[in-house]
Amino acid sequence: MQGKNIFATRWGIIGVGAVIGILAPVLQKLGNPGNMGICVACFERDIAGALGLHRAAVVQYIRPEIIGFVLGSMIAAYIFKEYRPRVGSAPIVRFVLGAFAMIGALVFLGCPWRAVLRLAGGDGNAILGLLGLTFGIWIGTLFLKNGYNLGRTHTTHTTVGWMLPLIMLGFLVLMLIFPQVEGQDKSGVLFYSLKGPGAMHAPLLLALIVGLGIGFLAQRSRFCTMGAIRDTVLFGQMHLLIGFISLIVFAFLTNLILGQFKPGFAGQPVAHTMHTWNFAGMTLAGLAFALAGGCPGRQMFLSGEGDGDAALFVLGMIVGAGFAHNFGLASSPKGVGPYGIAAVVIGLLVCVFIGFTMRKKIA
Amino acid sequence: MATTVDARGLSCPQPVIMTLDEIKTGKDKDIIVLVDTGTSKENVMRAAASQGCQINEVSPEGEGYRITITRG
Repeated sequence: MQGKNIFATRWGIIGVGAVIGILAPVLQKLGNPGNMGICVACFERDIAGALGLHRAAVVQYIRPEIIGFVLGSMIAAYIFKEYRPRVGSAPIVRFVLGAFAMIGALVFLGCPWRAVLRLAGGDGNAILGLLGLTFGIWIGTLFLKNGYNLGRTHTTHTTVGWMLPLIMLGFLVLMLIFPQVEGQDKSGVLFYSLKGPGAMHAPLLLALIVGLGIGFLAQRSRFCTMGAIRDTVLFGQMHLLIGFISLIVFAFLTNLILGQFKPGFAGQPVAHTMHTWNFAGMTLAGLAFALAGGCPGRQMFLSGEGDGDAALFVLGMIVGAGFAHNFGLASSPKGVGPYGIAAVVIGLLVCVFIGFTMRKKIA
Repeated sequence: MATTVDARGLSCPQPVIMTLDEIKTGKDKDIIVLVDTGTSKENVMRAAASQGCQINEVSPEGEGYRITITRG
């Protein structure tokens, strides 16, 4: 199956954007939180909560969509002979970038996917987030133009590439062994939210199937929200951007049909109106994604095809979510957390340090 | 003579940056780009085509691909 990859064509990427754009609002209709049919950052944060890495009681749930993303991508990679275990391209830097990307995303309250889903649901605050995301990615392109790179990976054992998919499988098994019990905030080792976004979720099996499907399609199409903006800014190449725009258009239409489009700034679900910090949070996230070479969704799809460095970015995000809630860095509908602003400043400094200092010539 | 750009093991967008650099500043008519993922292969081909270059051949090489480009 090495023929032409139709998913990587223009219509392919438009189709994949459309599928995600339709399925995300549908997942919301089926129980996921408002304008959060899919949010890679929020869902990884919920997983961190379910595992007890933070104790914010309102955001604790193992999200099957995330498990599906990684496993769906792995299935596609194996079917199309693209599974290639690789590792060794600045792994610890990827972990740190993942952690700060998550902190930035949680100051805004969403990853790039949710930023456009929020926009498609009528949340005007998302505009600030998307502007910040674009600004952060633009800063990243300046580093890329000046020789920033993460160095080369090398081929490794098949098992190395299996680690994150196996961890995800482990999460699924934990969910099945310790299922949610009505009215209880803990089942076995797992925490479950009784109220708040963590208590809102689509049925497990449906969420998992949608996750698997999107993981499969995204692996084939190389769908990447950060790459969409980066390639446009850096090369004038709009291939990925067309997919990203397709997602917005179809999510908007689906929200209209489902009665989920509610325009405005105040009172939007899981959102705050502090414009400066919506912008700055996503600037940090955008810069971290650009330096790490992919949006949070893309990092999971890369992990599924054997990229052990992308897997570390994903783990960095989950650990970062733990810090974000334990340290009061994450925002809430009331506004930024007590130390959120400081964390954004530190995160930006760390990213700039990485961008300036990792410019060694590629051997 | 052909110049070889070895972009194996490099993540997005390095293979494209290196290919475009060679297309814009190199002298040889033919450019051979070595990549190791399907994504990089597609990205390099798309970038080369956008510069008016011709993709002459794409063949498997080792665990990746060898892309032969002729400057437009």
